[in-house]
Amino acid sequence: MKKILSKGFWADQDIEQLIGQLLRYGVVTASTIVLLGGIIYLIQLGQAPRPSYHQFVGETAGYTTFSGIITNAFQFNAKGIIQLGVMVLIATPILRIVFSLIGFTLEKDKLYIVITLIVLSVMLFSTIGGLKI
Amino acid sequence: MTILTFSIILLVGAYLAGLVGSLTGLGGGVVVIPLLTLVFQVDIRYAIGAALLASIANSSGAASAYVKEGITNIRLGMFLEIATTVGAVIGAVVAVYTPTNTIAILFGVILLFSAAMTLRKKNQEALTEGSKLADRLKLNNSYPTKDGEVSYKLKNVGAGFSIMTVAGVLSGLLGIGSGALKVLAMDTTMHIPFKVSTTTSNFMIGVTAAASAVVYLQRGYMDPGIAFPVVLGVLGGAFTGSKLLTRIDPKVLRYIFCIAITFVAAEMIYNGINHQF
Repeated sequence: MKKILSKGFWADQDIEQLIGQLLRYGVVTASTIVLLGGIIYLIQLGQAPRPSYHQFVGETAGYTTFSGIITNAFQFNAKGIIQLGVMVLIATPILRIVFSLIGFTLEKDKLYIVITLIVLSVMLFSTIGGLKI
Repeated sequence: MTILTFSIILLVGAYLAGLVGSLTGLGGGVVVIPLLTLVFQVDIRYAIGAALLASIANSSGAASAYVKEGITNIRLGMFLEIATTVGAVIGAVVAVYTPTNTIAILFGVILLFSAAMTLRKKNQEALTEGSKLADRLKLNNSYPTKDGEVSYKLKNVGAGFSIMTVAGVLSGLLGIGSGALKVLAMDTTMHIPFKVSTTTSNFMIGVTAAASAVVYLQRGYMDPGIAFPVVLGVLGGAFTGSKLLTRIDPKVLRYIFCIAITFVAAEMIYNGINHQF
């Protein structure tokens, strides 16, 4: 733990390595979940006729909210599992900003702590305000 | 058509979209939208949702490699992400009030512009004299080349920042990464060597797309039945593309794709004008 908190451990290069790894793991995790959900989806509904995507109806609450997706995914609902993978995919770049924030904090780079916080607040605003606007 | 047939055809199509997107540098999202709307008759709103996911997958996948090589300018990316994320949120909000045909026409225009941008002369020169603002924001940096570490400085930070805001709005409105505009801002305006500008642009696309993706997800634009073949296909295609790029020179391919994309763009604009969306 002491090593992780020391500045030497978190030199610029290390943060870059860490961000690179985070992005890769994020994409691999997301695509694995999506693949799993996709296979179950095809087993359950593969023979059903293709939904008419020609007309836009939008997804129901179970597939658009955090709690809805989690509930559906843990009930082993195929579409819920796919949406969980989609959420992990979207969360990956957001988590990357958090990692950058940690990096700039350890470097004591005040200017970039502020810049990173601004970007994070925009993301937060977008996530929370998404439905209401 | 059953769901199984649809998924398999879409998976193959998305694979090719990822391949073309990675070989031309346009990104998978740009090809996914015409594929879904023109070939599969899918509503453009579902297509935008799927394209955003393709952009994030593509960006994160490729960025993980570039960041490790130390080419990406993370400070520059973070600073410009203020512009692109604010723009993306504005774009996603405006999208709801924009008629789908207008979005299709706009998409066609951006597609033409992106195709032209891939053929442009690239900026190889590293500036030795930068602006004061670039220095104050610690944006000047260096990157590794085969002749050793090359330092570069940049200028026109304000103009670059403004173009980035526009890139963000278009990204949120159309569901694409707007890589072409991002490179225009960094390469042509701020005079950054193209290797740095392309990788930093790619690094930023994920965050920009995520800013509008959270809005689109909550609005129900992301359909699981479309998302799963698109995400897996585009990722596979982009992976193959990155392996191919080290072995073949995509110059000739780039010209062929640009001609093909011009036709696709014309069709999007034509259909948009005729209210086909």
